[in-house]
Amino acid sequence: MHGIRAIVKKELSDHFSSFRFIILFALITMVSLILVYMSAVAIDENLEGEKIPQFVFLMLFTSSRIGFSLVQFVAFFGPLIGLILGFDSINRERNEGTLSKLLSQPIYRDDVVNGKFLAGLSVIAIMMVSIILIITGLGLVAVGVKPGVEEFWRIIIYLVISIIYVSLWHGVAILFSILFRSVATSALASIAAWIFFSFFLSLGVNAIITSIVSTEGTSAAEIYVRLARFDRALSFTSPMKLYNDATATIVDPMRRTLRPFIMQMGIMERWSLSRFSGPLPIIQSFLMVLPYIVYLVAITAICFAVSYIAFMRQEIRSV
Amino acid sequence: MERKNIIETEELTKVYDAQTAVDHLSFSVVEGEIFGFLGPNGAGKTTTLLMLLGLSEPTSGKAWVMGINPIREPIKVKRIVGYLQENMGFYRDMDARQMLGFIAELNGIMGDEAEKRIDTVLSDVGLLEEAEKKIDAYSRGMRQRLGIAEILLKEPKVAFLDEPTIGLDPDATNRMITLIKSLAREKKMTILLSSHLLYQAQKICDRFGIMINGKMVGLGTMDELTGEKFGIGKKEYTLEEVYMKFFKEE
Repeated sequence: MHGIRAIVKKELSDHFSSFRFIILFALITMVSLILVYMSAVAIDENLEGEKIPQFVFLMLFTSSRIGFSLVQFVAFFGPLIGLILGFDSINRERNEGTLSKLLSQPIYRDDVVNGKFLAGLSVIAIMMVSIILIITGLGLVAVGVKPGVEEFWRIIIYLVISIIYVSLWHGVAILFSILFRSVATSALASIAAWIFFSFFLSLGVNAIITSIVSTEGTSAAEIYVRLARFDRALSFTSPMKLYNDATATIVDPMRRTLRPFIMQMGIMERWSLSRFSGPLPIIQSFLMVLPYIVYLVAITAICFAVSYIAFMRQEIRSV
Repeated sequence: MERKNIIETEELTKVYDAQTAVDHLSFSVVEGEIFGFLGPNGAGKTTTLLMLLGLSEPTSGKAWVMGINPIREPIKVKRIVGYLQENMGFYRDMDARQMLGFIAELNGIMGDEAEKRIDTVLSDVGLLEEAEKKIDAYSRGMRQRLGIAEILLKEPKVAFLDEPTIGLDPDATNRMITLIKSLAREKKMTILLSSHLLYQAQKICDRFGIMINGKMVGLGTMDELTGEKFGIGKKEYTLEEVYMKFFKEE
């Protein structure tokens, strides 16, 4: 096991001394600060003179006062963190001639891929933990409510899901860095994959589906059901949707279903509905999102398997 | 005394996309010798080295390094073979000591033992004073010597040197040649040296193999090769003359 340990150690020190890491970290810190400030202000205003609802602390993560919440931020830009950390991990070594040096040492080939993935995973974990710590720490001061035990566990689960999600993209980036010899190509491919899965699949395809489905529907209800079905099928192709589903009831326990497919109901109906709905217990929330977590892990594993096979079959030539 | 074969190949063949890089190659290198592996660019020298290291899988044929099959047990082979690749890469923002530390760790050499060995090899290759400099600032000659230091660190039985003196200035070349000779004489390594710089190869090597288009066309000591091509005469031939004779006949 000395091979993988040596590689993880070297990769970690590379990450921590790189500008890339420092810039990413600065960016994330800034966004977290803005988010926590804005959501704290929002929570303060909204709850002025009202009874403090349950899970007010989790609102720090879900309140979308400036257009997006932390959960949405991680869903959209978390992939970029994973991609940026990994898009050149193998091909840069190949281009600089260090890959064949590495492989002529007595280590297994998969140690190289594993070591790089593990180092990336650690960096991602450190970043996600710091975001959460900044938000909880400052949120504590700003909102003045301390999180309960259940909220604490919900945040931990959310953290784990987020790390898996970002690592999935890190795995994709490593795969591209194996498949493409040029660093620029793998960077482009990474961005393309990100845009396709995050924006096109969730926005573009939705638009297309809406136009297809609505012409055939007989009643409005049936159309909604069909739309929901499409949406569900779609979610298995888009990691971002999976992530949203996986985190939904964890950080937003008042939600009963994973999809707001009765969005079209009026505000009065929503109020009356919410009057009867209590929060979902943590175990139930967890069971509800478990399939999505498993699915995320499975995609990561598939991505990894493809990387292995591609890397094992590649010829190592010195130039 | 019968010396045993350290490297042996039997009908070793490598085909890349219908192009045959190595064509039924059979040769052997005996213990303690410096074997000069000669041939033009693209003759299949590097490919052969990669196959012997287990980095590349042969299309057919067999190979052994100290009795170990590199296709089946690449890790074992890599443990006893030091490989100096052509156009070697380094992690540029490391210094020599960090680089060697990383190589030591990959080989499972840890702690004080690693420190001790790193100091020894750095002084062996004459880089002790520059050990804290970033590799980025190294000259090509220094980098090649660092490459030799990486090999020494593993204390291997066999070293594969791919074009070790190419692109070096005369002074750096001479240092490199002295260093390579000392590997064989003092460290008792068996060396497989690939080169197309014939004048230098002649100075270093005990025996030669001339490879053209993936085939070994000439194999033997200087005397044997001259004898084969020119007959036994009074004139002293250079390796270059012998090589050109082989080359033209192909």
